[in-house]
Amino acid sequence: MMQRSSEWQPSATLDVLTARAALFASIRSFFADRKVLEVDTPLLGHFGVTDPHLSNLRTHLQGQSQSLALQTSPEYAMKRLLAAGSGCIYQLGKVFRNDELSRRHNPEFTMLEWYRVGFTAEQLIDEVDALLQATVQAPPLQQITYQQLFIDVLNVDPLAENAICALQQALGDSPELADWARQEDDLDTLLDGAMALVIEPQLERSVPIAVTHYPASQAALAQLCPADSRVALRFEVFYQGMELANGYQELTDASEQALRFNQDNQRRQQLGKPEQQGDPRLLAALQHGLPDCAGVALGVDRLLMVHLKREQIAEVLPFAIDRA
Amino acid sequence: MANYSTNEFKAGLKIMQDGEPCAIVENEMVKPGKGQAFNRVKIRKLISGKVVEKTFKSGDSVEGADVIDLDLAYLYNDGEFWHFMNNDTFEQLAADEKAVGDATKWLVEQDVCTLTLWNGNPIAVTPPNFVELEITETDPGLKGDTAGTGGKPATLSTGAVVRVPLFVQIGEVIKVDTRSGEYVSRVQK
Repeated sequence: MMQRSSEWQPSATLDVLTARAALFASIRSFFADRKVLEVDTPLLGHFGVTDPHLSNLRTHLQGQSQSLALQTSPEYAMKRLLAAGSGCIYQLGKVFRNDELSRRHNPEFTMLEWYRVGFTAEQLIDEVDALLQATVQAPPLQQITYQQLFIDVLNVDPLAENAICALQQALGDSPELADWARQEDDLDTLLDGAMALVIEPQLERSVPIAVTHYPASQAALAQLCPADSRVALRFEVFYQGMELANGYQELTDASEQALRFNQDNQRRQQLGKPEQQGDPRLLAALQHGLPDCAGVALGVDRLLMVHLKREQIAEVLPFAIDRA
Repeated sequence: MANYSTNEFKAGLKIMQDGEPCAIVENEMVKPGKGQAFNRVKIRKLISGKVVEKTFKSGDSVEGADVIDLDLAYLYNDGEFWHFMNNDTFEQLAADEKAVGDATKWLVEQDVCTLTLWNGNPIAVTPPNFVELEITETDPGLKGDTAGTGGKPATLSTGAVVRVPLFVQIGEVIKVDTRSGEYVSRVQK
């Protein structure tokens, strides 16, 4: 087949690829200094994620009917290592997400994920701060709660009884959001829309910001806050207007984890998405016992975008999906 | 008309919005890592010409707009309608003043224009990128001035007014870029 002449060439310049290699090296040295063990769990797994808004790419081994899932994050496998007594671990490697393609998304991207045994979410946020300072010379990180952020930007309390109504109104006032927001009666969809379309673009760009205490309905795999069960011990880090990292005080209770798998699948059903079996090996590992720990996943391509002030993820990848 | 899902969105796709056919100009997916994805879309309304921003929940569908573009030769204006013809089938179509809009000043007989049809009715006329028109009125230029820095206004046979170099005279035919309305060159007769 004839190819357009530029398609063989890298998406990133060689200078950017040199900076990319240096970033990998500085991440590895950060964790080596802290005695965190590097692991490389499989990208190909027998089970995918139940998360309603993530979609696994799937493939088959020759002669086998059951599909294998390319992992959307190494979370389940890393937690099995933690349950097996690995101690603190990190993984720097590729992950895959179906249906994610934009100037900030490539279906195959590089993720840094790490778990700290005995850490609280608060201590892990401090370590994310230290990593950003050490690797991309970021200024010190600032923190705000999810609730306070919504109140500051939209004047809406996301935890209040009337949050659905208040968000419909606040978002409905904007002509580009009104069409769907005015008739949206699902709180999480309204919260996601408010966060992604209104709040994120307005976040202070010059410093990393950790948004903490996400609503319990968005706990994902985080523990609920013991002092206030309306919120979860989940945080996200934004920098230069971009979502960089997502972290949890990890859920260690196997039965609660099984319940979350079921809730995810109920939500999938509502959204008309196929059900996904919750990974029984993760549940078995939690039953065996996951040590108290906090973990976080960070998009490394985006970190490089922030570091080098690039607007397109393709500019920091050797070959973006269109040239892969 | 078919419905389109947001994952079929791309520049050029024609969809219905606010009761008006629109063309997608730009489409961007916005997605919180663990949350619902959205499409932030810039659309051009094909009747009013307005460009507006809209957002959609990813996975939602929108009604497609039955909009097609036809390349037709301009024939004549009967005072009310502008008539065009398909040079292959000799079928004729008439566009009203609203559809022709500003294009009226660039219409040259036999030139092939793009007519945008919604449900079979012309809603917009796009002239060729370059047209050749005769100058009917302009100040006589100064003898010997060949470069001319400022230029001067010239009225063309269709009524359009463009800035031309000082050396260009009444009766000459010039080439004009219809997208910018700027003079390109003189045309040898």
